[in-house]
Amino acid sequence: MLKKSLMGAVAMTLALAAAPALADTSGKRIALSNNYAGNSWRQAMLKSWEKVTGQAVSEGVVAEAPAFTTAENQVTEQAAQIQNLILQGYDAIVINAASPDALNGAVKQACDAGIVVVSFDGIVTEPCAWRIAVDFKQMGAVQVDYLAGRMAEGGNLLEIRGLAGVFVDDEISAGIHSGVEKHPQFKIVGSVHGDWAQDVAQKAVAGILPSLPEVQAVVTQGGDGYGAAQAFKAAGRPTPLIIMGNRHDELTWWKEQKDANGYETMSVSIAPGVSTLAFWVAQMILDGKEVPKDLTVPFLQINQDNLEESLANTEPGGVANVEYSLADAEAVVAGE
Amino acid sequence: MLAQVLSPRALRAALPAASLVVLLAAIFYIQPRAMSYFGLNLMLQYAVPIALATIAQMFVIAINDLDLSIGPFVGLTASIGATLLASSPVLGVLALIGCVAAYAALGALIHWRNLPSIVVTLGMSFVWLGVAVIILPTPGGTAPGWIKAVMGVKLPYVPFPIVAAAIIALVVHVVLMRSAYGAVLRGAGGNARAIGRAGWSLLKIRMVMYAAAGTFGVLSGLSLIGLTSAADAHIADRYTLYSIAGVILGGGEFVGGRVSPIGAVLGALTLTLTGSFLIFLKISPDWQIGAQGAILIIVLALRALIKRREG
Repeated sequence: MLKKSLMGAVAMTLALAAAPALADTSGKRIALSNNYAGNSWRQAMLKSWEKVTGQAVSEGVVAEAPAFTTAENQVTEQAAQIQNLILQGYDAIVINAASPDALNGAVKQACDAGIVVVSFDGIVTEPCAWRIAVDFKQMGAVQVDYLAGRMAEGGNLLEIRGLAGVFVDDEISAGIHSGVEKHPQFKIVGSVHGDWAQDVAQKAVAGILPSLPEVQAVVTQGGDGYGAAQAFKAAGRPTPLIIMGNRHDELTWWKEQKDANGYETMSVSIAPGVSTLAFWVAQMILDGKEVPKDLTVPFLQINQDNLEESLANTEPGGVANVEYSLADAEAVVAGE
Repeated sequence: MLAQVLSPRALRAALPAASLVVLLAAIFYIQPRAMSYFGLNLMLQYAVPIALATIAQMFVIAINDLDLSIGPFVGLTASIGATLLASSPVLGVLALIGCVAAYAALGALIHWRNLPSIVVTLGMSFVWLGVAVIILPTPGGTAPGWIKAVMGVKLPYVPFPIVAAAIIALVVHVVLMRSAYGAVLRGAGGNARAIGRAGWSLLKIRMVMYAAAGTFGVLSGLSLIGLTSAADAHIADRYTLYSIAGVILGGGEFVGGRVSPIGAVLGALTLTLTGSFLIFLKISPDWQIGAQGAILIIVLALRALIKRREG
């Protein structure tokens, strides 16, 4: 009897010792306010949130972490949604915002009510909120850096851009161009808009190919690599080095080429699981940790040696994903 | 006395208010925290621009037209408000007056060429959106401080949105329902021929109604940026449907000049609260828009029931 209760006491002490940092937030409630769920990336983002927060709730890290998505991608709807979340008394609101500026009124109200606001992917500019931004410029620049490592003598590049007029497209493209400035042995000989979609990219590349000299490499924005490869094949031109964007079809094609002829490239994009990084950042802030207001998401880069593993973990039609843990979040906050 | 209270006419007039009360009661039951100055203020803030847009739509519906461009128009005025009006007030005011004049001209065009308003306003919705994108290519801008101060004002005892909604409803009610010219304006929707024979200019009436719609569209855009503090060309795309639903929920009819300003404002409040209600219920986002539609259908079905007794 005595022995049993003693063991119980020991187990309890151990459990407490194992999770000292978690005790403070066990009663806290964190809500996700999401503006859009209409593509595979967003679906994966919500799934990751559900998986990671579900486990966090069952482990007692936080009391509750539901996700709310507005029916249509509208600023006014999301602002009203945030106001309702304030009323429901959540301790933190994690936001993927419909607009960087137009939600500031509602975000400020949340801050004034003592709520921690963490924005990610679609960030908000209101100074009282935390921002987990994607360094899209860097995402463009790493591609050219990689090419410089592979092709010392340089060569002609074809650039596939995203959706015209969208901020992300401008940023990635600016990164690619700054990379080319840094490595002047490369020259961009053509540029088309692939709208981050295979079919659009294939059509656009097929249209521009006849006017181009030999292309050594294709720099992309994700979602367009497979279409580019198909266009080169259809035109009967040698397949250049195409940077991929972590989509399942892109990785599958890469794997086939790798097995067939040792094709070598790299793939880079943002993991939808960044929502879980935002969750842990919110939890850390609630826990009283010092967290800088501006953080940067690391990209998810796939290389020749971890291709098989990444492909196996990616659902058909989906995007390679990674879910973050508290330790990962701590590393991001520490700036590692 | 009792028969009078229970007459179809009285029931019909009471329906918008009754739906609002039922919805409010349900919200207070689910989320008692909402039953406070702070809570009502938060939930109803965004009802003010929607109410103004609904009144704008009501002016157009009163003369048997339909305005499919009010949402993008509100987005345009919001964009002007957050850019020109803030940087050079004179130019901003001129641009907003220009918007109202453009609306009046639209009314004149529809009357003059006898065009279907749905087609003209649908076309114009793209024009408004295009101009808004030219003025404000990426979301941003800053709302002028005085608008933010007006929208953020804290009144004693009664939250500002409720007072604002009451003022909007009463002012429009007095002008449109109680004044002699208001009766003529509505008459143009009920029996245009009779009004024309009586010597009133139908062209002028249509222009007045469209100018009034434009004016309230401007007010809607300005009140909206007072809340958000920045603008986005797409900020009010949903308002087209909200405003039509608000007018109908508030007891208006698509034809016959039968509208109610008080009902329209109540309809706008009801629509806004539906969103809060569904979030408080934690209904899955996939179902929310459907549930919103279901609430609309329930109210309209009740009205059809009353109407049958009326006829």
